[in-house]
Amino acid sequence: MVRLEQVTLRYRAGEAPALSEIDLELAPGSFTWLTGPSGAGKTSLLSLLHLSLRPSEGRLFVLGCPIHRARRRELPGLRRRIGVIFQDLRLLPHLDVLDNVALPLRIAGRREAQIDADAREILAWVGLAHRLHDRPEALSGGEQQRVALARAVIARPALLLADEPTAQLDEAQARRVIALLREMHRLGSTVVVATHSSSLPAEFPAPILRLEGGRVVAHG
Amino acid sequence: MARRRRDLLGLDRALSDRLLPLLVAAMALLAALAMAAALGAAALAARWQGGAAAALIVELPPAADPAAARALIASLPGVAEATLLDRARLAALLSPWIGSAEGFALPALLELRLATAGPEAEALPALIAARLPGARVEAHGLLVARLLALAEGLGALSALVLLLVAAVAAAMVAVATRAGLAARRETIAILHGLGATDSVIAGGFAARLAWLAALGAALGAGAAVPLLLLFGRLAAPLLGPAAAPPWIGLSVLPPLAALVAWVTAQLTVRLWLRQLP
Ligand SMILES: Nc1ncnc2c1ncn2[C@@H]1O[C@H](COP(=O)(O)OP(=O)(O)O)[C@@H](O)[C@H]1O
Ligand SMILES: [Mg+2]
Repeated sequence: MVRLEQVTLRYRAGEAPALSEIDLELAPGSFTWLTGPSGAGKTSLLSLLHLSLRPSEGRLFVLGCPIHRARRRELPGLRRRIGVIFQDLRLLPHLDVLDNVALPLRIAGRREAQIDADAREILAWVGLAHRLHDRPEALSGGEQQRVALARAVIARPALLLADEPTAQLDEAQARRVIALLREMHRLGSTVVVATHSSSLPAEFPAPILRLEGGRVVAHG
Repeated sequence: MARRRRDLLGLDRALSDRLLPLLVAAMALLAALAMAAALGAAALAARWQGGAAAALIVELPPAADPAAARALIASLPGVAEATLLDRARLAALLSPWIGSAEGFALPALLELRLATAGPEAEALPALIAARLPGARVEAHGLLVARLLALAEGLGALSALVLLLVAAVAAAMVAVATRAGLAARRETIAILHGLGATDSVIAGGFAARLAWLAALGAALGAGAAVPLLLLFGRLAAPLLGPAAAPPWIGLSVLPPLAALVAWVTAQLTVRLWLRQLP
């Protein structure tokens, strides 16, 4: 599903790497907590996994594709099989909730009738059936988080990545989001959730990948 | 549904929907005028070349043998054709002014059609005077020949103006596209991250810009019509039916502008997207 071999990531040549010589394998259908203090490289690692960065050195395989030497035009098709919840959500302010969630299906060129039905269904699943035509800015932090989650899962991604998905939420909201991520895992997605909290992994025991200073310090 | 697809990038607001059409309208107006000038010049040139307009009249000296003089002049460089004017017809033409013309010695007249405008034609009067002493050359045809050369130059100039207008329009579209890219940088990054291909993103921009350019060009072409009708009326005595506005050319302007905008936007966006992984 995901394999890293001696992967190093530098944002700028000559600077200290954000990730150093990472060796890692994530099995299909696994659930992984990605932990570590702020600045450890969690977001950087997720960026590699959803192909918004390429490794500076080493070999990276995602969904069976060698990303380190893939052609640029091979990447969009792979990205469509990866769901991402960004730390800053990245909802489109000019689209309403329904259109934001429908985005991955529109990009994939699905039929419009099916897009609408799927988007409504997934929004009901995250408990937002009553906010379809609101703009993201009119929603609370927890609701926005669930819109981002709905958008990340609507295309049934094989790989689901979430970056600090509970950081802005109260406990009840956080528990709800984690429950939805677990549900996706149960449905077969490979899930990676980054968090700097240590209490969250305790709620749902699963393998923990711990980063510090851009290196893997524990995995298991 | 097609609307929604176009709206993914939110370009309705990101791409100036007033300035660009107005600029393109101004360009289209220039293009329409240049086109009309080119077509008018071409029609004028054809008319002068084909008709007897580009002619010289040579009055032969009384002593000369008309047939021999005609043969001599017809052989000069730059002369396409030399015709003796019919004396009886000439007499009939002149009768209102000089009466029955009996006993009045009408000069023999030769009408020359010029092969080309240019130095050869310019040199003809002197050449004729040298070869046929006493002959008088009436040079209004030379003026026409000069005008003909001018018309051809004007046609070439108009073609150059059309090219420039297209280049400026493309540059304006490129600038507008870059402004739109800057305004939608975040959105594009998000769509790219969700797996949008370059052609989806470039296609969104190209469709919107092509539409705006077509709109502007239609506006400009429409604004050109009254001007062209006015000029057409002035040119009608010279051009006849060719003085009508170039309807086909005008109607081609909007699709042409759309094409230029579409290609420019595609290239600009695809180039810009290269910075994303
Ligand atoms: N866009 C960027 N440009 C330059 N350096 C960056 C960028 N993003 C992160 N970094 C650096 O990379 C290191 C890891 O950051 P990050 O992956 O965001 O850690 P985490 O998500 O665990 O807090 C940090 O030292 C950070 O300063
Ligand atoms: Mg982070």
